[in-house]
Amino acid sequence: MVQLTLPKNSRITTGKTWPKPEGATNVRKFQIYRWNPDDGQNPRVDTYFVDMDSCGPMVLDALIKIKNEIDPTLTFRRSCREGICGSCAMNIDGINTLACIYGMDEIKGDVKIYPLPHMPVVKDLIPDLTHFYAQHASIMPWLETKTNRPAKEWKQSIEDRKKLDGLYECVMCASCSTSCPSYWWNGDRYLGPAALLHAYRWIIDSRDEATGERLDELEDPFKLYRCHTIMNCAKTCPKGLNPAKAIAEIKKMMVERAV
Amino acid sequence: MADVNRGNRPLSPHLTIYRPQLTSATSILVRITGIAALAMSFFVVWWLLAAATSETAFNFIDSLMRSWLGDLVMFGATWAIFYHMLGRLRHVIWDLGYCVDVNISEKLGIGMLVLATVLSFITAIAV
Repeated sequence: MVQLTLPKNSRITTGKTWPKPEGATNVRKFQIYRWNPDDGQNPRVDTYFVDMDSCGPMVLDALIKIKNEIDPTLTFRRSCREGICGSCAMNIDGINTLACIYGMDEIKGDVKIYPLPHMPVVKDLIPDLTHFYAQHASIMPWLETKTNRPAKEWKQSIEDRKKLDGLYECVMCASCSTSCPSYWWNGDRYLGPAALLHAYRWIIDSRDEATGERLDELEDPFKLYRCHTIMNCAKTCPKGLNPAKAIAEIKKMMVERAV
Repeated sequence: MADVNRGNRPLSPHLTIYRPQLTSATSILVRITGIAALAMSFFVVWWLLAAATSETAFNFIDSLMRSWLGDLVMFGATWAIFYHMLGRLRHVIWDLGYCVDVNISEKLGIGMLVLATVLSFITAIAV
């Protein structure tokens, strides 16, 4: 259901302002969402100042610098630092993206960082993605076959393989799903752009033999049809993919098989 | 570790921190104009019902609708109907599988805003 305001325990309070680095001339202000599960307080926004002359170019560089030099309690996920693992997805300057491949030169003014929107927070910038992963698992993200296993491998023509381009690159960072207002209001039942993009990736795989069952599974007012083509997903995807297009194709297949 | 204090986890902020996008703004406006057009249709029905009821009833709603405020509201409703219609047309195009692309959709969105305004002025001048 649509609930425009945050629950009482989620309202954000003003946080701590951390001291400026001494002797730095090129300082940038960072406003970062904090929540500690152990202190019983509401979430707050802390202010940090980072010396940009001794900081790397990406938002993740600044976060790591803050954690190393100012506040070791700042908590966030990160791993590959090159946009392939999807761990450091967060809301930066009002849009969802990967901190490791989002340059600070793209941001005007102060850098505002929040966890992915409308998700339960585990700590600071870490959202609980359990439900998101469960939805991904529910679309059967694997090859389903009925015919006998070939002697060597399931073959695919170059043309059929091309149909997977723009789909297989998804790193499951959850930026798209958590940018979607429909997913905010109905995320419990609507699968969201990421899971649906993956569903389409297997539906159009020429080697997959469960297309009908996959479509049956999605034939539901909530799972698929809560997509209203708002397109925040495609706009925000840090990998430049278009989940909205994948969802539109699934909807089209639903109609085509019915007529 | 991940189970720390599961019961009291806050919900991360959403509407208040997400920057409005051209695509999302033109999308929600389709709904708002739809609801606004429905609300205005009640006034039009009232007008017609009053015309069939009595002269005093008609005179009241007629003077309201023909006042400068009524003109302004009806112009807004005209814009809402045109915008809503164009927005729904965009949905038809999308549902056929065309133009589901951020750049094209943004251009269509601007087109809807401009065209709805042009059509409203044409209607206002013609009527």
